Amino acid sequence: MTNPATTEATISFRAVRLGFEEGDIVQGLSFDVYPRETLVLLGETGTGKTLSLKMAAGLMRPQQGEVNVLGRKVSEMPEKALLAFRREIGFVFQEGALFDSMTVEENVAYRLREEHVAEEEIEPKVREALRFVELEHAIDLVPSELSGGMRRRVSIARALITRPPIVLYDSPTAGLDPVTSQTIITLILRLRDTYGVTALLATHRLQDGFALANFYFDAESNRVLPNDKKTTAKTEADSNTRFIVLRDGRVFFEGSTEELAAAKDSYLKRFLV
Amino acid sequence: MADSPPLQGIGKEPPPSEVVRESSISEILIGSAKESVLRVQEYSYLALQSVTNLFSRPFYGQDLLDQMDSIGVGSIPIVLLTGFFIGAVMVLQTASQFVRFGQTSLTGDAVSLALVRELGPTLTSLLVTGRCASGIASELGSMLVTEQVDAMRAMGTDPSRKLVTPRVLATVLVVPLLTVMSDFIGLVGGCVAAVLSLRLGVVQFWTRAIDALELSDILQGGLKSIVFAFILASVGCYKGLTVRGGTQGVGRSTTQAVVISSVMIIVADTFLTKLALYLAEKLF
Repeated sequence: MTNPATTEATISFRAVRLGFEEGDIVQGLSFDVYPRETLVLLGETGTGKTLSLKMAAGLMRPQQGEVNVLGRKVSEMPEKALLAFRREIGFVFQEGALFDSMTVEENVAYRLREEHVAEEEIEPKVREALRFVELEHAIDLVPSELSGGMRRRVSIARALITRPPIVLYDSPTAGLDPVTSQTIITLILRLRDTYGVTALLATHRLQDGFALANFYFDAESNRVLPNDKKTTAKTEADSNTRFIVLRDGRVFFEGSTEELAAAKDSYLKRFLV
Repeated sequence: MADSPPLQGIGKEPPPSEVVRESSISEILIGSAKESVLRVQEYSYLALQSVTNLFSRPFYGQDLLDQMDSIGVGSIPIVLLTGFFIGAVMVLQTASQFVRFGQTSLTGDAVSLALVRELGPTLTSLLVTGRCASGIASELGSMLVTEQVDAMRAMGTDPSRKLVTPRVLATVLVVPLLTVMSDFIGLVGGCVAAVLSLRLGVVQFWTRAIDALELSDILQGGLKSIVFAFILASVGCYKGLTVRGGTQGVGRSTTQAVVISSVMIIVADTFLTKLALYLAEKLF
């Protein structure tokens, strides 16, 4: 397990406040995400989950407080420096946010082409990323020809193409049927357990978080398996998944799967039902 | 308040409800004034950025060509069609006056000057505004509400470079060309109308039309089309990138882009005409 006392946080929020005309959405938000850890941000709509992810990526700037990512103070970086810095971060948007005028191949290869990677290197990388999300056959399609689940999978492929150390997921299963949701969670598990990325995952579905905490991807059998207390995989997977429940823009609960499952609070129980 | 005796409130502080109403009205006025200033500031910054982006890398050449094709080539049919009939209508309208003085040969002069100085750049820009400012605003607005603009930023791309500069530059490059086409086809339309309705000779019409033009007239038309193109493209981009309120907001922004661009073009036309006439007097 990552020891917070000895390890520098990969993502760190300190007393962050962000509001709009209608009032503060995020107020006094503080939390840390440690290397190779998955932090699940739970909360109802409008509690600041998406805003927190956008602030972590420097897409929005807090009005107060500090956001540090990979040791850089993103809350104070100028936009030009942020553009370069964001290449360290993969972002999976809620609806995929694929460029609808581009093909799947162009979407996934977008970042590589921006970095002027040689064309002969791009195709194998794109195919590898699409193979990872099991969509190699869709390489020439355009987003309008894809289902909702396929769009999210392409979005994951696009996020991982440069192998960023951090991936931010904004409600990756929202609006999907249970089977497709499971496919997306399996991909997130594979990404975590294959590449060891640090992840911040916003969701209002507790089952997504529990799946991340209670299962792991076994590379040898190429399958998702339940954690077994006798194996080290269980220890690593479970201990590296924590939960934060947001309420009114603040951290209402922070803890492990067991602590959340044992919670007696009526607000927390809403997520457990 | 309805039960209060008349004039009871004189010399006293107004009731709390009225204080609230008064302060809220002034707050609303100050708030909307501040918001207007903020909008102008945001627009000016985006417009300036679209220009300064040209002097540093990266430059999205392929996007520029795509936009030139979409805005320029795509607008040719409507510009030619309307240009032809505007020229013809100009001849019919002016000729009805010239006939009274037996000066129908001056029709070519009038149509030529009106088209090159005024109608060509203004009408072409207004047509391109209707077609492209709305298209730019709705395209960028849709990208914004579907988080494609955020996705672009998240992948290290500056949207003002990738989305705004190519559209503004493409419009500034193609609108003057479209204006030249519109001017020419307008004269063709005028010529057809002159020959058919006034029985003027083709050579006579074209000789008068070309002789009437001076370099300052052509420069005036060119200057106007460049400024109008910049206005319509930058306003379209600004309204697209500041959409609020989902898909409904996209529709609203699209309409606003056309209305604001059109009004700005007509207002700018007045000042540009005055400036061009002043410069023509001083320089030529």
